Amino acid sequence: MASSLNKPELIVNGKRLDGRDFGELRPLKIEANVLKNAQGSAYLEWGNNRVLAAVYGPKEAMPRHTADSTKAVVKCRYSMAPFSGLGEHGRTGPNRRATEISKVTKEVFENVIFLNEFPGSEIDIFIEILQSDGGTRAAGITAAAVALANAGIKMRDLVYAVSAGRIGEHVVLDVDMIEDNYSDADMPMAISPKSNDVLLLQMDGGLDRDQLKKAMNMVVEAGKTISKVQRDALKAVYENR
Amino acid sequence: MKTGDFTGAIEIIKSDYIREMIAKGEREDKRGSMDYRKIELKTGIIDHAEGSAQVDMGNTRVLAGAKIVVDEVHSDTPDQGNIVVSAELLPLAAAEYEAGPPSPEAIELARVVDRGIRAGNCIKLEDLFLEEGKAWTVYVDVYVLNYDGNLFDASTLAAMAAIANSRLPAYKDGVADYKERNTPINVNNIVASCTFAKIGDSIVLDPSGVEESAMDARLTIATDGKVVRAMQKGLKGSFTLKEIEELVDAALDKHKELAKHIEEAKR
Repeated sequence: MASSLNKPELIVNGKRLDGRDFGELRPLKIEANVLKNAQGSAYLEWGNNRVLAAVYGPKEAMPRHTADSTKAVVKCRYSMAPFSGLGEHGRTGPNRRATEISKVTKEVFENVIFLNEFPGSEIDIFIEILQSDGGTRAAGITAAAVALANAGIKMRDLVYAVSAGRIGEHVVLDVDMIEDNYSDADMPMAISPKSNDVLLLQMDGGLDRDQLKKAMNMVVEAGKTISKVQRDALKAVYENR
Repeated sequence: MKTGDFTGAIEIIKSDYIREMIAKGEREDKRGSMDYRKIELKTGIIDHAEGSAQVDMGNTRVLAGAKIVVDEVHSDTPDQGNIVVSAELLPLAAAEYEAGPPSPEAIELARVVDRGIRAGNCIKLEDLFLEEGKAWTVYVDVYVLNYDGNLFDASTLAAMAAIANSRLPAYKDGVADYKERNTPINVNNIVASCTFAKIGDSIVLDPSGVEESAMDARLTIATDGKVVRAMQKGLKGSFTLKEIEELVDAALDKHKELAKHIEEAKR
C-alpha cells in the first residue's frame, strides 16, 4: 500500500473515481477459443485488464516424476507481461507474487476438474496478464475457467472470481488498481456458483465481521453477472461455427 | 509442507485413520477441535539480532530473528520506514524438505505471514523514519526448525514476538550503532493468526503434521482481535460462506490467548 501522503479522494459524491457504484462491476467481456494451438483458450477484458488464458492437455505428465498414477495433475502459470503495468518496465519471469498466485489458482481448478478421469496425465493452465489494472488474479481465474471449458475438460462447475474491498467505511466490489493502492482492504475470492463453495480466499487490510459478510454477499451477487458472461462466451463459440 | 498427495501405503493408512478419527470428533492427541497444542515462547535467544523469539507449538519449532538496518526511503513513501517478513523451510526441519530455491509452499508461508503483520500496522512505519531520505528497515526472518504442522500460526507468533522483543540501535551520522541498542520498538498493534484444517466435513484448529497430511483445505485468518487483517485459503478443498463466518468469529476469539505471548516478549 502506498503512503497516505498523496492519497487521492477515492469516493466523490457517493461514486467511485470511475463513476461506479459501490457494488458495481467494471465492464466485462470474454471471448472463447481465440488461440489455434491450445485445446482451449479465452481472451478477457475486465475494465482495463487484458488477460489471455490457454489450456493444453490432458497430455502425458512431463517430467515423468510429476505424474500421479491415480489422477491428473494440474499445472498453472500466472504471469504478468513486462509491459502490462502503467509504470516502469516490469521484470520478466516468475517472481514470488506470481508463484503464490499460480499456486492458489492451481488449487481452485484441482477442486472442480474430474482429475480421476485422466490418471498419469497433466493439464496445463497458462494465464498471461497483458495489461493490468487491479484484480488480475480474479480476472485470470475467470478467463481460465472459460478456457478449460472450451478445451472440453470435464468440470463440476464453471468457477468465477472477483475481489471485494473496503474504501473508508464503504465495502466495494471489483477493486481497480488505483483503489487497490490506497484501499483499506482487498479480498479476492473464487467461487463455485452451483454451491457457492469458496475455492480461493485471500485478504489483506482490515475488515470487521459485518464488513466481511457484506463483502462476501457482494461477491456472490456479482457472480450471477460474471457467470452469465462466461457462459455466453462459450455459447458464442458454437453459434459462430 | 505436505499437501496430502501420498503414494506410500503407510501414509495413506495413517491419513485414513486420522480422517475417521476427526469424523468422530476426536483428535490423535485428545485435543478439542478448537484447541491449540501447548505453546512455549522464548525470547532474546540470539544476542546479535535486535530481537528474537523461538516458538514451540507442539513439536513444531520456529525461530524468528529481527535485524534493523538504515535504509534509503522509498520515493513514494518519503516519511516511512519499512518492514519485511520472510520465512524459510530449512532442510533440517523435515525429511521432505530440500535445500535449494524456495518451493511455492515456502513462498506462500512467507507472504501470508508478512501480509498479516503488514496489514495490521504492527509497527507504525512513520515511527521508523530517521531523517530526510533515511529510515529503518526491520527485517524479520522466520526459520522453520522442526515441522509438525501449522507453520502459519507458529511463524506469525514468532515474527510478532521477535518484533516486540526488538530494540532499535542508536543512529549517529547516518549509520546504526549496533553496540548501543537501548530503545524498545513501539508495538502499535498485535496480530495473531489462526489456521484451520478442513478434514472431510470437520474443521479443526492448529493442525498437527499428520492432520495436515489428511486435510482437504486450510484457512488462515490473521486478526488483531477486532478486525480481520489477512486471510489465505489453501489446498484443493473448499469452505462454505457460513464456515468462513464462523471461523472468523473463532479467530477473533482466540486472539487474546495468542496475544498474551506477545505481551510476554516485550521488553
